[in-house]
Amino acid sequence: MRVLRYILQKEFLQIFRDKTILIMMFAMPTIQLAIIPFAINFNVKNINISVVDHDHSSLSQRLITKVGSSGYFRYVSADLSYNDALQHIEKGQADLIMEIPAGFEKNLVREGVQKIALTVDAINGTKASLGAGYLNSIIADFSKNIQLNIISDPKALMPQATIEVTYSNWFNPSAEYKYYIVPGVLVLLLTLIGGFISAVNIVKEKEVGTIEQINVTPIKKWEFILGKMIPFWVIAMVVFTIGLIVMWLVYGIIPKGNFVVLYLFASVYLIAILGAGLLISTYSDNQLQAMFIAFFFMMIFMLMSGLFTSIESMPAWARMIANLTPITHFIKVVRMIVLKGSGLNDIKIELLYEVLFAVVLNGWAIWNYRKTT
Amino acid sequence: MKQLLVFIRKEFYHVFRDRRTLLIMFGLPIAQILLFGFALTSEVKNVKIIIADNAKDVNAQQIINKIKASAYFIVEEATLNYNDIEKAFKKGDIKCVVIFPANFGNDLLGIGKAQIQIIADGSDPNTAKTLINFLTAIITDYQRQISPVADLPYTIIAETRMLYNEESNGSLNFIPGVLALVLMIVCTALTSVAVVREKELGTMEILLVSPFKPVMVLIAKAIPYLILSLCNFILILLLSVFVLNVPVQGSILLLFLESMLFILACLSFGLLISNTTNSQQTALLLSMMGMMLPTLIFTGFIFPLENMPWIFQIISNIIPARWYYLIVKSIMLKGLGFQYVWKETLVLVAMTVILLSIALKNFKKRLS
Repeated sequence: MRVLRYILQKEFLQIFRDKTILIMMFAMPTIQLAIIPFAINFNVKNINISVVDHDHSSLSQRLITKVGSSGYFRYVSADLSYNDALQHIEKGQADLIMEIPAGFEKNLVREGVQKIALTVDAINGTKASLGAGYLNSIIADFSKNIQLNIISDPKALMPQATIEVTYSNWFNPSAEYKYYIVPGVLVLLLTLIGGFISAVNIVKEKEVGTIEQINVTPIKKWEFILGKMIPFWVIAMVVFTIGLIVMWLVYGIIPKGNFVVLYLFASVYLIAILGAGLLISTYSDNQLQAMFIAFFFMMIFMLMSGLFTSIESMPAWARMIANLTPITHFIKVVRMIVLKGSGLNDIKIELLYEVLFAVVLNGWAIWNYRKTT
Repeated sequence: MKQLLVFIRKEFYHVFRDRRTLLIMFGLPIAQILLFGFALTSEVKNVKIIIADNAKDVNAQQIINKIKASAYFIVEEATLNYNDIEKAFKKGDIKCVVIFPANFGNDLLGIGKAQIQIIADGSDPNTAKTLINFLTAIITDYQRQISPVADLPYTIIAETRMLYNEESNGSLNFIPGVLALVLMIVCTALTSVAVVREKELGTMEILLVSPFKPVMVLIAKAIPYLILSLCNFILILLLSVFVLNVPVQGSILLLFLESMLFILACLSFGLLISNTTNSQQTALLLSMMGMMLPTLIFTGFIFPLENMPWIFQIISNIIPARWYYLIVKSIMLKGLGFQYVWKETLVLVAMTVILLSIALKNFKKRLS
């Protein structure tokens, strides 16, 4: 126990000596958490549109005005020909072209059906399909309005039996994206801090040579690993607390669930993720290598964790990998506790997973740390 | 010149000695391409929903069968009260509950009007929105079946054409993003460490007392990473062409030159970081942890830039990866020539020059 106290003292001294890293550990996640969720938004607005109107009739004007007033589209140009409009797409100024053919109004009245052409820049998939979808429904709405105006008996248009669908979003009635993304980003930043800092730690001693001095002391392997872990665990818990405060101050999100459960889960999770970092550290020869290995795994875990895309829609093999990573469960649980107020009983399986990760990763790190070279 | 070659060779030894870093450097793009190509999708599939059928009549059953037939849902039937719904949501597996009221069919056929209630778990708003849209579409479709409306005059049909991507290949969008992300992170991190490591280990002193010009030290450090990054670039291109079937539409030579420019910008940034920091830890934390999320987000390849608040749109302008992303999209996917990307190229050139001159100015011949 006394040995452990000494190594802890040494680690804390070392951490507080390097002010740059200390500031970075606290400032970087705080600033990123306060800024980045504002930038993450799946609602597509401001779709840029170029119009080619060959008809110049009152009806085509009405259609153009209707599209413009929907709030989703922004007119960037009115062109004389399709090729002119295509230039705007090629330069990236426009996302789609709406081309109204000559005789639009006349044909619509005379023949009852008229086509208009939409050309979509499909490279940006989401924006393209959503934009085309919005535009289609606006045009459908527009034709219905004409029908209602022209046909004398609107009842003929109404179906005999209607089903009314009412819906509500629980926990987030206005379906705001920030409630989903802020807890996720908090987890991600905490993971980056914990994972990277612990990954480079033991390697640094290897590279600078001070590890030899520790190896010749009678310190036990588990004491050494524990001594490395506790300081970072304390720091990460402080970062987590700051993160929760930022979440409250900047986004007005206060965890609905029990704080004890939240902190319990966070503390187990941190032991697991710090263990992963230390494990990488024991395997690496230098800091660059440790950082790269840590980065490699974190990048993959982050992309698969369900932070940005849903896990259910992944193929089975990918879902299996996702479930084998600690971060996936933590993101899920933080969202559950913070947004829905889930209790210990709802998250016990995930907690069990994290305990397992913590034991395996740390046990492996202790086993792999060699006091002799 | 001969001296420079000797130095470059020394740097290459450093790089090749560290097999694991080298492995990760090339493993990173492979893993990312595979993930984005085969695992990640913004679609909503395999979602678990509960249907609470309080009506138990023919019409409700017909709608339920229609919902079950769609590939998007895993349907479970149960009778629930409100507390049960909340419990199910708190457990986290169920995303949505559809409730048929008692007498659904009678109301529908007798009064001509009936209600269905959908309750979605809004803690994941994207999925909730998509689910509600799917379900509403299925129900509307059913309604049309039982009470058809005659085809109407005055119908406008929109014919949609998807430019550049007729088959809606989802891989198209992210390949330029992966290119930008991988090159940015790998180049910046590797170079930022190259100088600091020598400072930390004390070998920098030896280099600086040699008659070799300090600028040459920097150049010699940058060249191996330039070459490796170009190899990385070629690897990503090969993967995207042969594994994901995304061909290069425009000039490969132009794409290569633009990539070289972007790599130079990243190398300069890495050198700048390494000159202003004193430990590998700081340099790595800055270049990896500090750059990862901003690069991922401000290139605009996962989240459209246009939706962001204006301040972020302005911030995104100072991220080199953003400009490179635009260039790659234009050349590789749209097949456009230099006249369409000269502005972006100019921005990258300006960034490289500025970063490099600051880096050189900050490179001190004497250490502390």
